[in-house]
Amino acid sequence: MEENNIIVVEGLYKKFGSFVANDNLNFTVRKGEIFGFLGANGAGKTTAIKILSGLSKPTSGKVIVAGCNVKHEANKLKKNIGYMSQRFSLYDDMTVKENFRFYGGIYGLSAKEIKLKTDHLLRKLDMVENKDVLLKKLPLGWKQKLAFSVAVMHDPAVVFLDEPTGGVDPITRRQFWEMIYEKSLEGTTIFVTTHYMDEAEYCERVSIMAEGKIEALDTPANLKKQFKVETMDDVFVKIARKES
Amino acid sequence: MRIILYILQKEFIQVFRDKTMLPIIFVIPIFQLLILSYTATFEIKNVNLAVVDHDKSVMSSKIISKFSGSAFFNFKGNATTYDEAVLSLKRSEIDQILVIEQNFEKNLRSGQSPHIQIATNAINGSAASLMSAYASSIIADFNREIIVDENPTANVGLPINAQPTFWYNPELNYITYMVPGILVLLVTVIGMFLSGMNLVKEKEMGTIEQINVTPIKKYQFITGKLVPFWIIANVDLAIGLLIAYFVFSIPVVGSLPLLFGVSSVYLVAVLSLGLLVSTMTNTMQQSMFISWFLLVIFIMMSGLFTPVESMPQWAQNINYINPVAYFIKINRMIMLKGSGFADFHKEFYMLLVYAVSVLSFAIMRYRKRV
Repeated sequence: MEENNIIVVEGLYKKFGSFVANDNLNFTVRKGEIFGFLGANGAGKTTAIKILSGLSKPTSGKVIVAGCNVKHEANKLKKNIGYMSQRFSLYDDMTVKENFRFYGGIYGLSAKEIKLKTDHLLRKLDMVENKDVLLKKLPLGWKQKLAFSVAVMHDPAVVFLDEPTGGVDPITRRQFWEMIYEKSLEGTTIFVTTHYMDEAEYCERVSIMAEGKIEALDTPANLKKQFKVETMDDVFVKIARKES
Repeated sequence: MRIILYILQKEFIQVFRDKTMLPIIFVIPIFQLLILSYTATFEIKNVNLAVVDHDKSVMSSKIISKFSGSAFFNFKGNATTYDEAVLSLKRSEIDQILVIEQNFEKNLRSGQSPHIQIATNAINGSAASLMSAYASSIIADFNREIIVDENPTANVGLPINAQPTFWYNPELNYITYMVPGILVLLVTVIGMFLSGMNLVKEKEMGTIEQINVTPIKKYQFITGKLVPFWIIANVDLAIGLLIAYFVFSIPVVGSLPLLFGVSSVYLVAVLSLGLLVSTMTNTMQQSMFISWFLLVIFIMMSGLFTPVESMPQWAQNINYINPVAYFIKINRMIMLKGSGFADFHKEFYMLLVYAVSVLSFAIMRYRKRV
């Protein structure tokens, strides 16, 4: 089963001075899995996601993502992952097509591949007629879907989504999750953080962090059973309350 | 290389799509050059002069007409007493007072040295020394004429006759001297600000976060940020040279390719400095302030407005790390004297070292980790 794990985290610590942001994290994520990474604000999720995507180095511990050790192989790692931050970070002053071309280009796709990918992704988003529109003219929900498409454009093994649906309407959120499912069926691993507990239900497995530690990790159904509650919302509240 | 091209494409799209950028890049430098070149002059013209003539003789009116005939002086009339003239000096109506003693002509005729007093408003010290130098030279001139007039046959003359000639700028035209310097100033300001602001803007907008998770290499990213503004600043220099030629009639005496060769190295240094500042700051405000701070010091010390040679030694030492000083010196040499590479190779190598080290430092400092 080892080779099926695309993310392996063993004894991950991240300290900022005396503050421990990640306190001995241990977990694995299977290839093609949709893995929910939950926790209250300040629980250490973003710190962990930054380490997993090579933006930040762990203080100690072993972290292997897509076969790369994040400590020494950050550049190789970056070719194999996609990332979408909670803050919209495509170029607002460029058109849809220009954004695709730029990101495709820096991931080393050929001009032909870029064109094919762009056409394919835009057709799926039903946004072909918007390809020459500046991003700043588009509504937030559309932009988030575009950001996801850009993040998976180079067919990464793992995509990290840091609160991808913040501020997005329910319909667009549903469409967004359909995109996630589709990508996961193609074999891409999805690592997602969210504050919407209905979205947690969509994940195959969920971990819940509190104060830098992973307090629970299982399928949504098992977690509800374990905490003897009806909804993921209650699971979350129980864990968060226990801590305070 | 392909990746750098994609970055360049993106940068150019962004620069030229921004409606406020084009005027900043092309209109502002033209204005700066046109306005600053006329105003940043140290020539003292229009010295307001009052005369207190206690003698009222042929000789005294002769010397007064020497002053009023000079292009540098505005004759503001006679005052009856010195105190009256001082009063106008205090009210800033006049800059200089010429006092001629009562027996000026008599003393002159009888072979005693007559006295003339010149009082100058010295609030602006360098202007004052120029004004009194002008006045002294008029009096010296007058002196010489008297000696010749009074002793036409004796051939006393002056033992040494210094004939000043002015090379490279024969009319002592200040604009000719200032334009090459101001050209440097404007490509510096444009280059340093634009490159610095551009990188910090990505930090402010959050777009840098997406860049940081891509396999872009540090040097690729920095190159992509550098090259567009390097080209733009060189184009600005070319526009400036055209204005210098057509508006101020200042041709480039030396070699144009040489000039652009030096400017290309210089711009790498300045742009990298802007980038370095922006790798160390998080907002456009911070970056602006630090860039301004550096630029003001560099420009004031560069020898653009005041000769470097008259600065204290420690200040001259600081100029070793002032790229602006090197390029102003080189640019003046090429544009006015037609100097060749051998004449400024030392300065050029300093610029080269500067460019390479600041650029490497900027690449090192740019962190892809948060």
